Amino acid sequence: MNGYLARRVAATLAVLWGVSVGVFALIHLVPGDPVRLALGTRYDPATYAALRHRAGLDRPLLSQYLHWLGGALHGDLGISFRSEDPVSSVIGERLPATMSLALAAIAVALLIAVPLGLLSALRPHSAFDRAATVLSQVGISVPDFWLGILAILVLAGSLGWFPAGGYVPLTENPGRWFGHLVLPALTVGVVSGAVLTRFVRASALEVMSEDHVRTARAKGLPERTILRRHVLRNAAVPVLTVAGIQLAYLLSGVVVVEIVFSWNGLGQLALQSVQSRDYPVLQGAVLLFALVFLVVNLVVDLLYATLDPRISLT
Amino acid sequence: MTARQLRRNPLGAFGAVVLLAFVVVGILGRRLAPYAPNQVDVIRGRLAAPSAHHPFGTDQLGRDIFSRVLAGAAVSLRVSLLAVGLAAVVGVCLGLLAGYYRGWRDALLMRTMDVLFAFPAILLAIAILAVRGPGPDNAAIAIGVVYVPIFARVARAGALSVRETVYVRAARSVGASDTRILTRHVLPNVAGPVIVQVSISLAFALLAEAALSFIGLGTQPPDPSWGGMLAEGRDYMQGHWWVAAFPGLAIFLVVLACNLVGDALRDALDPRQRGAIEAGGR
Repeated sequence: MNGYLARRVAATLAVLWGVSVGVFALIHLVPGDPVRLALGTRYDPATYAALRHRAGLDRPLLSQYLHWLGGALHGDLGISFRSEDPVSSVIGERLPATMSLALAAIAVALLIAVPLGLLSALRPHSAFDRAATVLSQVGISVPDFWLGILAILVLAGSLGWFPAGGYVPLTENPGRWFGHLVLPALTVGVVSGAVLTRFVRASALEVMSEDHVRTARAKGLPERTILRRHVLRNAAVPVLTVAGIQLAYLLSGVVVVEIVFSWNGLGQLALQSVQSRDYPVLQGAVLLFALVFLVVNLVVDLLYATLDPRISLT
Repeated sequence: MTARQLRRNPLGAFGAVVLLAFVVVGILGRRLAPYAPNQVDVIRGRLAAPSAHHPFGTDQLGRDIFSRVLAGAAVSLRVSLLAVGLAAVVGVCLGLLAGYYRGWRDALLMRTMDVLFAFPAILLAIAILAVRGPGPDNAAIAIGVVYVPIFARVARAGALSVRETVYVRAARSVGASDTRILTRHVLPNVAGPVIVQVSISLAFALLAEAALSFIGLGTQPPDPSWGGMLAEGRDYMQGHWWVAAFPGLAIFLVVLACNLVGDALRDALDPRQRGAIEAGGR
């Protein structure tokens, strides 16, 4: 287990190093001078020189990378070209919004997928199963930002049940935070839930056809016990992988949905940094997203053994 | 996929018909449209409800939404085909080389793919567009780069399983060159999974193109694109549902068709995988 853990962590660190090179290269691949482009009409030689110096762009390339990487390892992701605030604090301000949306959306997704997928698997090829399969296919195919627009049109506009957009921090007003969270979380959760439903169904069906389940039935165990003890636990392993990938994707900022709902999250920040050519913020956001994705995947891998002792992590 | 297989899979047949209609509209869209996509109807004006003159109504500038949806199909078709074509060609070549040669080439190529895979898809596309600038061609390149690792993994898995088979070893022993073995023996064996992946990736490429146009990095106004139409019409949709409904419905239908055809192809080409679906992408 320790050997496997060390290998997986080493592989993750190697990929993360590759990611850091890619992210660092981003600012140098922009045609033209990134500081000059970012300053636009605010340009004057003194500001330009100061910003270039603070961003470390007046050093040799290797020194720039080492300086940037050293800073990143200490949580210093540079200075925003736009606000001139530290990138880490700009990102930190947006983190709670993205985290609350991602966690609420994955909760919605699981609440949809687990019962729907299990019920489908219990009655394969029934009318319910067919309806659930069609519904999940529809959910996978619907553009989340269009679903969000329709939700605003109907649930916020015509019915007036929820606010149409905006983000209120949990610490400021928990009631309003929840009210604003419902529509974006439902929008993202329905789409993720559709993907997960198919995995829950496929995974439960596969487990139910295995010998140990047949043996449990032959022994006369009640269906509920078989489902709880044999099916759910074994079917959870592949579902966990997909749920982990979905969570990583959601934590990486659902850019377009955040824009539809004016949700002040990291996805919206990344897009704003592209529009205002604030490359250090874009670099910081992309680096963080990739880190989150890799760490969530690593954690999911390690959880495998906990859920299914047959899987040996040696 | 044969006609018999299509009859046995009505959802797949429905998807194939919608996809075919999309391709035809994508090629002939502007000629089929009753109005030019940017033509303003000064008589019926802006935000006119669906009618015989404008089956999908008019938008906030008085342009015919039906004609713009038809013209938008061309953009979606071109960008998604370019993106998936780029991803498939580059990804399959890299995957074949990695799987066939193994060793340092495999390690280097696949670790590079891992790095690309670590970036969230839409954000990587946004970052590439930040460097290359907005526009449909750059959007196609950005989406293509995002999907290269998926094709590389599919092709590598196929190449790995084929490289040790008896017929490949036999070909090698009679002196066949690596290029010949790769093109004549390995490539045909990875074609099935690659074709399925093309269909699924087309769906994601369509969604990604629409999303990028929606956030202003794909097709630029006034050129019609489904995502762009949704973005432009967002502020006017309250009380004018048709502005948001039809472009979104077009994206949904074509993506659904790609997914249904992808499922049907998978069932036809690899029955062992029946019921399973790709985890990545969304």
